[in-house]
Amino acid sequence: MSGFVAGLCVAILPLLAAGFWLGRRTARPQSLGDLGTPVEHATFETLHTATLAAPPLRAGLTEEAARKSARRLRSLLGTDALCLTDRTDVLVWDGVGQHHRTQIMELLAGPLESGRGEALPLSCDSPDCPVRWAVVAPLTVDDRVHGALVACAPRESAVLVRAAGEVARWVSVQLELADLDQSRTRLIEAEIKALRAQISPHFIFNSLAVIASFVRTDPERARELLLEFADFTRYSFRRHGDFTTLADELHAIDHYLALVRARFGDRLDVTLQIAPEVLPVALPFLCLQPLVENAVKHGLEGKGASSAAAKCRIGITAQDAGAEALVVIEDDGAGMDPDALRRILAGEVSPSGGIGLSNVDDRLRQVYGDEYGLVIETAPGAGMKITARLPKYQPGVHSAGRLTAP
Amino acid sequence: MNSSYAVPAVALVALATVLVGAFGLRISRTTSDFYVASRTVGPRLNAAAISGEYLSAASFLGIAGLVLVQGPDMLWYPVGYTAGYLVLLLFVAAPLRRSGAYTLPDFAEARLSSQAVRRLAGAFVVGTGWLYLLPQLQGAGLTLTVFTGAPDWLGGLVVAVVVVAIVAAGGMRSITFVQAFQYWLKLTALLVPALFLVLAWQGDGAPRHAFDEPGAFREQRVVRVDDTITIKLRAPLTVTVDGTVDGRVHEDRRVRLDAGAHRIKNGTRLTFARGDEVPARDHGTGGGLSPSLAESRGERPLYATYGLILATFLGTMGLPHVVVRFYTSPHGVAARRTTVAVLGLIGAFYLLPPVYGALGRLYAPELTLSGDADAAALLLPGRMIGGVGGELLGALVAGGAFAAFLSTASGLTMAVAGVLTQDVLPSRGVRHFRLGTVFAMLVPLAASVLVGGLPVADAVGLAFAVSASSFCPLLVLGIWWHRLTPPGAAAGMLVGGGSALLAVAATMAGFPKAGALHALLAWPALWSVPLGFLTMILVSLATPGRVPPGTAAVLARFHLPEELRAEVKA
Repeated sequence: MSGFVAGLCVAILPLLAAGFWLGRRTARPQSLGDLGTPVEHATFETLHTATLAAPPLRAGLTEEAARKSARRLRSLLGTDALCLTDRTDVLVWDGVGQHHRTQIMELLAGPLESGRGEALPLSCDSPDCPVRWAVVAPLTVDDRVHGALVACAPRESAVLVRAAGEVARWVSVQLELADLDQSRTRLIEAEIKALRAQISPHFIFNSLAVIASFVRTDPERARELLLEFADFTRYSFRRHGDFTTLADELHAIDHYLALVRARFGDRLDVTLQIAPEVLPVALPFLCLQPLVENAVKHGLEGKGASSAAAKCRIGITAQDAGAEALVVIEDDGAGMDPDALRRILAGEVSPSGGIGLSNVDDRLRQVYGDEYGLVIETAPGAGMKITARLPKYQPGVHSAGRLTAP
Repeated sequence: MNSSYAVPAVALVALATVLVGAFGLRISRTTSDFYVASRTVGPRLNAAAISGEYLSAASFLGIAGLVLVQGPDMLWYPVGYTAGYLVLLLFVAAPLRRSGAYTLPDFAEARLSSQAVRRLAGAFVVGTGWLYLLPQLQGAGLTLTVFTGAPDWLGGLVVAVVVVAIVAAGGMRSITFVQAFQYWLKLTALLVPALFLVLAWQGDGAPRHAFDEPGAFREQRVVRVDDTITIKLRAPLTVTVDGTVDGRVHEDRRVRLDAGAHRIKNGTRLTFARGDEVPARDHGTGGGLSPSLAESRGERPLYATYGLILATFLGTMGLPHVVVRFYTSPHGVAARRTTVAVLGLIGAFYLLPPVYGALGRLYAPELTLSGDADAAALLLPGRMIGGVGGELLGALVAGGAFAAFLSTASGLTMAVAGVLTQDVLPSRGVRHFRLGTVFAMLVPLAASVLVGGLPVADAVGLAFAVSASSFCPLLVLGIWWHRLTPPGAAAGMLVGGGSALLAVAATMAGFPKAGALHALLAWPALWSVPLGFLTMILVSLATPGRVPPGTAAVLARFHLPEELRAEVKA
């Protein structure tokens, strides 16, 4: 009996899921049916169809976008056949009269060149072919013709010419938006490229000064430090890939801290607790090192330059949290006024030198989405705790290169 | 069954798990040395963790029970459970790691860049995970019942609460250490008693007729029958009966039973004399980890065996809790090495349960009658060695069994909760992962209470069959075939996995009782896996325009070793 119930449940669950999915796919805004006059209803219907056709077109004039939107566009125009082309090929032919596919491109040469809409007669051998006239409306983006919308009908109709022209203009607007989307993506990519690999000029300057101070007194130490410096800069300037792994970023932080230690002696006390599971996580290049740099700066500030013996404690933790890695960087330094910090993160004031927190915050948000920004807990005199959440998998985020085996 | 040591043993295992989980990281990884801190998980540690997560109650107790009841034919189960990793090693491990995917839905998205396929894969992950969790909870209930006589659902509830508490409280932060610890615990818990048992067997003159048909009692033995069962006798047998046989009530009388079927009512006590043949139990559903399907496989043994082999060989790669562990490997080659190590570790482990099964046939043959065959591994130490030593060894086995429930259940819960939080619930940070954990455990717990007494390994078989028919085509074709399209992948998963799901659902509901159709539905992998592959290939070929752009680059990333890739880009 219990087996029967179990079997029934197992069998019904997928059916329920499928029904739910189908219901959502086929759901129409039924409530609209009750309101308004037939004219208003028709307006709603038209707007709804247009809304459904819009999302695919936002990907630009591709075969897939054309295929997904053609049926909606045809129902918008109410013609027997509708065809979308780019400058050279027919992208999709929706409806009857597929055999005109080849013929259409020859006819289109003129309108594509001139950018003006036309109604052209089609020659056809089969007597019962309903497609006799083709109304051509070019699709233009920034005054350049990208393709054409062709609506086919049994006879010439001025209404269809007008309607096709309007629909083509609407499609053109969607394509322009797609263009905008693309340039926005390119802008973000360029911004990420510009943001990365900005190691603080102060840091380079200070490191070189420290190394110089060791050259005479302790040449061996100076040599080691120069090698650390070389490793760190090589990591910062490497060109392949925008992403790295947590393990590599930790190595870079190690080189960085070695140089800082040379300057401040034993005043830095760093504790690490890294879950080995999250070491392979891919993350934007140099996005933890600035946080550590920030912690060092704040930590040493809090102790005051005079009391050279006072230690600054920095904790770096990386935890495994399901599909995410949780990285926490803590210091026990001066802390910060939350309002001032908010202004820095909002980009209103730029902190002195370095790439700082707001840059890291920006990049994390751009790569992973707004909910993955930095979480900072601080108050004046109470230290600072910065938490970053890094998803273990994000489409498009792949670390270049392989984890260095220790 | 005496429980004086078992309960403390189980409590000790739970406590050790919590401690390793919560403090393992703090103790072993708190350092100021970056080279220590960024030491990645080596193949051996990761392999132990994968094995710890993988070896479930079905392996720990179920296989011994199956061998006890069904004989050496059942050795195909451990073979299949192990060989699944061979397929994983050959076709999937390294490319899967290089894809950068953490879960199976991640892989679907990385390969096909389609949200719809991702969501479908997520649904199958949740389904497979729940189906696999169900037997873990029921097995825990069975173990607790054997030891303390507690009601069936209590053990499941205990495991569910412990797992949710550990996972939700963040106690699995050092999950690799926990799971590796669990593997060695499980191995010890079977190996040490097994050594003592083999010594005892040697001391007993090493009787060798374990798999003689039929088995015989080695000493006078009283058997209490808990369910009403039907037994089949090949020859007339005289036993002392206290209870009801064939509708007639006997009170401690010697009764001569003729050859043929006899119906024994529950609560009846049968006393067999030394040398008596062990009666065979007729078809019926016994609670426990052994599949009731195994009893019906007799009709078409060849088909059933091949169905089992295919499901276990190809199903392993789609188990959600196994897949996520490959992310821990630092690169593709390490993933491959890890899989080789897993083969060794699991192979070593699976040598032990058949030993218990074989010894069980010698020393506790009546378990086939009382329906507690799965308890063989738990009961044998007490029976063969006896005294405090026997009880302690029994408690060790019990602790190991609990570790088996705990590790597999926590791994599955985390995998299912991960998918739920990522793709179903709106993402709002760590707190939602906890909510997902509760949700991931609540459904199978409710199911196990509602449908208690379901033949447990059926659900394991179902999980393997569904995984083999949905994820195996997705992974293998996704990695090795560049013309796979999103509609093809979706259709293949739906048709292959869906038909496997429906087939076993029909079997569980008892739809066709016998015959060819029953065999077809009870062991669906043999036709549902090819069906899944075929659908995926045909639909993909029918939609050539939908091959995702950038497929070549994605496949190059899957197959090129990482250092080569870095050079190419530089």
